[in-house]
Parts: sequence; C-alpha cells; structure tokens
Amino acid sequence: MASVSTPPVVGGGSAATSAAAARRPRRPLGRRRGRYPGEATAGWLFSAPAVVLLIVFLLVPILMALWVSLTGWTGQGSPFAGGVPFAGGTNYAQLLVRPGLEREDFMTSIRNTLYYVLLVVPLQTGLALFLAMVVNQRRLMGRTFFRTAFYFPSVTSSVAISILFLFMFTGTGAINTLLGFVGIRGPSWFNDSDGLLHLILGGLHIVDPNSPPGALANHGLLGLSWWEWLSGPSVAMCAIIMLVVWTTSGTFMLIFLAALQDLPMDVEESSILDGANVWQRLWHVTLPQLRPQVFLVITLGLIGSWQVFDQIFIISQGGPDKTTLSPAYLSYTTGFGDQQYPAGAAMSFVLFAIIVVMTLVQRFLLRDKDDGRERRAERRLRRSMRREGTA
Amino acid sequence: MTATTVEPVVATPPPAGHRHANRRRRRTIVAVVVGMAVLIVFALIFLYPFVIQVAGSFKSQPDAAAHPLSPIPRPPTIGSSFDKLFNGSTDFPLWTFNSVVVTLFVTGGRLLLDSLAGYALARLRFPGRGALFAGVIAVMAVPGVVLMIPKFLVLNQLGIYDTYGAMILPLLADAGGVFIMKQFFETIPTSIEEAARIDGAGTFRLYWSVVLPMARPALITLTILAFQGSWNELTNMLVAVQSPTLYTLPRGLADLVTGSLGAGTQYPLKLSAALLATIPVGIVFIAFQRYFVRGANEGGVKG
Repeated sequence: MASVSTPPVVGGGSAATSAAAARRPRRPLGRRRGRYPGEATAGWLFSAPAVVLLIVFLLVPILMALWVSLTGWTGQGSPFAGGVPFAGGTNYAQLLVRPGLEREDFMTSIRNTLYYVLLVVPLQTGLALFLAMVVNQRRLMGRTFFRTAFYFPSVTSSVAISILFLFMFTGTGAINTLLGFVGIRGPSWFNDSDGLLHLILGGLHIVDPNSPPGALANHGLLGLSWWEWLSGPSVAMCAIIMLVVWTTSGTFMLIFLAALQDLPMDVEESSILDGANVWQRLWHVTLPQLRPQVFLVITLGLIGSWQVFDQIFIISQGGPDKTTLSPAYLSYTTGFGDQQYPAGAAMSFVLFAIIVVMTLVQRFLLRDKDDGRERRAERRLRRSMRREGTA
Repeated sequence: MTATTVEPVVATPPPAGHRHANRRRRRTIVAVVVGMAVLIVFALIFLYPFVIQVAGSFKSQPDAAAHPLSPIPRPPTIGSSFDKLFNGSTDFPLWTFNSVVVTLFVTGGRLLLDSLAGYALARLRFPGRGALFAGVIAVMAVPGVVLMIPKFLVLNQLGIYDTYGAMILPLLADAGGVFIMKQFFETIPTSIEEAARIDGAGTFRLYWSVVLPMARPALITLTILAFQGSWNELTNMLVAVQSPTLYTLPRGLADLVTGSLGAGTQYPLKLSAALLATIPVGIVFIAFQRYFVRGANEGGVKG
C-alpha cells in the first residue's frame, strides 16, 4: 500500500490540473492518498462552503432558468408548482422564428450589439496594445504616472463613469464644445438614432437615407429589413462604444505590458542590428511573440462586450429608437419590467449560446496557422513515405 | 540569414558617418518629442474627464451648462450639491451605509472561503479534487449578465429576495478567487507545512497560523478585487432587492439618474454623487497600485 504512487490521482480530472502539474516539479513519489489522518475530510470541509455557493448561485440558477424558459410561468408562486404550463420551445420560437414584435426587438438588440462588438473589440485591443508599447519604452519619463493614468478608468464604477459621460456628451456638453473649437457641429449624441453606415452612405450620396432603395427596404431577414440590418451603430451607440473602449483599454494594457516586459531583449536587439525599422519590428518581431496575449484579450473582449448592460441601463435604456438595445438589457426589461420571466430567460440562453459560438469562431479564425501548415506538411511527408514504402 | 545581406547597408561608410550620426540624433530627438506629445494627449484623454467631474461637482447648474469644459467653477459654489446629497433630498448616506456593509461582508467572506477552498485544491488530497477544480474552471467561464434572471429566480425560491443576504451571498460565489488562491498556494514550498505537521498541528491550525500568513500578497490582491467588484456591483443589486432602503451606491446613483429624481438635469448633483462613490476605490487604487496590476493579470477582468 505504502508504495502506491499518487501523482495520477492528483492529475485526474481536468486538463488544466495536469498541465499545471506538468509545469511544476513533481512532488516526491511514494506517498499514500490521505497522508495525514482526516486529510480527505478536511479537503471536503475546506472546499465545501465555496463549492456550495458556486452551485447555489451559478449552477442551480442556470438549470432553473433553463426550466423556466421552457414554461409559461407568470412570476406568481413557484415555477415548479403544478399549475405552471409547459411551453416547450415557444419562448425560443418567439425570439427566433415567429414573426412579431418580440423577434423584431430581439433581432434589433442583436444587430446593435453586433456592431458594438465589431467596433469595441478591435478598438480596445488596438488601443491597449498601443498604450502598452508606449508605456513600455525604456527611456520614458514618468512611466508609472502614465500607466496609472491609463488604468485608472478601469477600476472606477461603471455607473459613476456613465453619469460622467452623460454629462460630457450632452448637446452642449464638453465633447461638443471641444468639437466646436475645430469648427465641427457635434451631434446630440445620446439622442441621435441615426446609423453610422446610413449616415456615411447618405453623405456620399450613394443612398438617400430617407428613401432607401426597395431592394433593401422591402426584403429582409428575421424580421428586420436589409436596410435596417445595414444601419451600422447609431450615433448614441458610438458614444457608448467610446466610453467602453476608454474604460476597458487600461485593463488590457496591463496584460500586454506584463507580456512585453517578459519578452527576451536579445530578439529585439538583434532585429535592430538587422536593420528592421519600427514597423517591421512591430509586425514581425513583437506581435508574433504577443500572440497568446492578443488571443486572450480578444477572447475576454468578446465575452465582455456581448454582455453590455450597465452603461445602457444608466445612459440610454435602449433608446433612442431602440438603437442601443442589447440582449442583456432587453432580457432584463422583459423579465423584470414586463414580468415575462420565461421570455427573458430564453433571451439569456440565446445570448449565452451566441457568446459560446463567437468564442469558438474566434478560436478557429485565430488558430495557429503555422501549426496547421506544419501538420499538413507532416502528413504529406508521411503519405509520400508510405507510397515509397509500398512502391 | 538575411542579417548578413542587410548589414552593409546599415553600417554607413565612414566619410558620411558624421553627418549621418547628426541626422540620426536629430531624428531621435524629434521622435522623443513626438512620442511625449502623443503620450500627453492620451494622458489628457484618460484623465481630463475626471477633472471635468471634480469641477462639475463644484459648479452651479447654469455654470455647468454654460462652461462644461472649464476646470474652474465660476463662482465656486462650494459644497452646495454635496449639501443636497446629505440634507435629505437623497438617500445618499443610506446608500453609502449599505455599500459599506455589502463590501465588508463580501470582501471578508471571499477572503475566507476562497483561501480555504484554494488551499484544499492546492494541497489537500481528497477524492473528487480534480473534478472539483475542473468545475471551478468551467464555472469561471459563465458570463455573469446571463445570470440576472436566473439569480433572481433562485433568490426568490430561497425566500431571501430583498434582503441583505440576497445582496451578499451571490457575490460570495467567486470561482476566480478560488483559482487565484490555488495558484498561489502551489507556489509556496511545502517544507514549512511539513515541519508544522511533524510538530503536530492539525489541518485547520496549519492553514490558519502557518499558510495564511504566508499568503499575504495573494490575499491583498483578492481583497482589492473583492472590494472593487462589490463596491461597483450593479447587476446583482438590481435583481436581488427592490426596497429603496436596501439600495447600495451604484443602485442609488442609477435611481438618481433614471428614476424620479432624474427629472431635470441636475448635473452638479449627479456628478458629485458619482465623485463621492468613486473616491474610496480611487484611494485604494492609489495606495495598492501594484496589487491592482497583479489582479488584472490574474483574471480579474471586467467587461
């Protein structure tokens, strides 16, 4: 018994543990499970409070909401009571398939958030990377000051920041005063529902936004016309995008900064000796080494930005003209405002699914292409060797 | 390989060298100046809004509307909007009290529970440990906003809706913190614990008086994440309570903006309330900056 080695037990279960275990030096072999009396009991007792809370407030809610999303519960009494009608996929059908106001609103919220994510994720990733590189310069005076300045918005309350931006983006507010200095008449930001793409198309005289071509206006997908799908983010949404990019880049900057400081100096130095200019160094030397962090930041950005809620709750409540409605906000108002908990819960699950799918798509798009090329080359080599072997 | 071919081009021939060096020096000076200018512009973009906020809190309503960009209140209406916050036209003191209660309990609770669970997952051997850790990782991936209606359903079912418990307990469930503590405990050498074992210390005693004191850096990181997270938390408070007497600062501020008091544009009042709500996190941030940096890199990222 005493000689049974334990490491397999330690690594059992998740890939994460075994990966972590592989990185650390192995503990000496030859220990029994439960080296000390009562170790297993202590282990369970120690982890029980945290685990129970995680189950009660994360796992159970998901299962319970899944059930509710399949019923016609009205918010009265327990959703598990006998009288609650089972609705099957009706709530989901109303969001995705059945024509009507529910689907129109939900699809509008998807469209808004799609444009939001398309702008927020690249902008915050790019800005974070840029700030990290600037702050990482060795000869920079006051590095700590700048790092603090860029990071500070990230730690403040989203509610407080939203109030500040409401004030700055009023029709005669700070932003428009600033724009006035350079002779631009700023829009009325949070009250402006015009889509950015519509404005651009109108500005270039390609399409008149007031009478869009019938081909776009009269045909559509999932309850919205093509013209509506192609609106772009509204001016109001653009202001929210600026707010979010401003608050999140600092956090992501720190992730890049930590990675930059860990990069081996000699690679950079030898590339300078090789005569690579700043851009070449950025594209061919620094960025490839930051690949894991870029991947992480985009993943976190995607997950975070699909959930946009606080800013919309404080600033626009989905308006103007529903152009800042997001699935999370719509789910909240449907549930708590209209007491339609099943429909609201169904929206959260569709949102959940969207986040999972988006993350997977991003994984696929950003997969290591060299990896695939190598594998293919290897396969080709093996195949040719086999052919030669049989010939 | 390309290095050998490029090198001659870079190494300039000696006669022209002097002029080249001069030009290069001038170019670096220009680069430094441009770089500095860019940095200052960005620092202004990131900090000036806070200047506007502070100045706005001290402005009168007409002054705030007429000079939104100016950093100087004219005439300085010292404290009139702060006065309004505390003299009974808002429940600001009550919101602050509730925020302090929630933050204290959540921070204390997370420190205890996360470190206990983290220690168990890192050091103690028990059947099911691997599965438990995998579960913690899986749960970390669940997007929080998706849980709003689900959480309400559970709180309602448990009969604790609209209580302090509903505000605090869901925030105590913190997979990220368990993960941080586990990772940290694994970096501590086991020899000290083994020595204490030999001296006859029990597991809890060992955890409490040997391991926990060594975990100070991780505990500080955790404190900051918990403090900042619960102080700023809005969504959980929205679904956990409805009585205005249980509003925390973010919920109260939200009410100030969107609710009945939002009528009219009392920006100095709103800005001063937002400013006061920001100050505690600001102080903690400046005092514990390097721990914030660590926290951000250990997965404490908000959307």
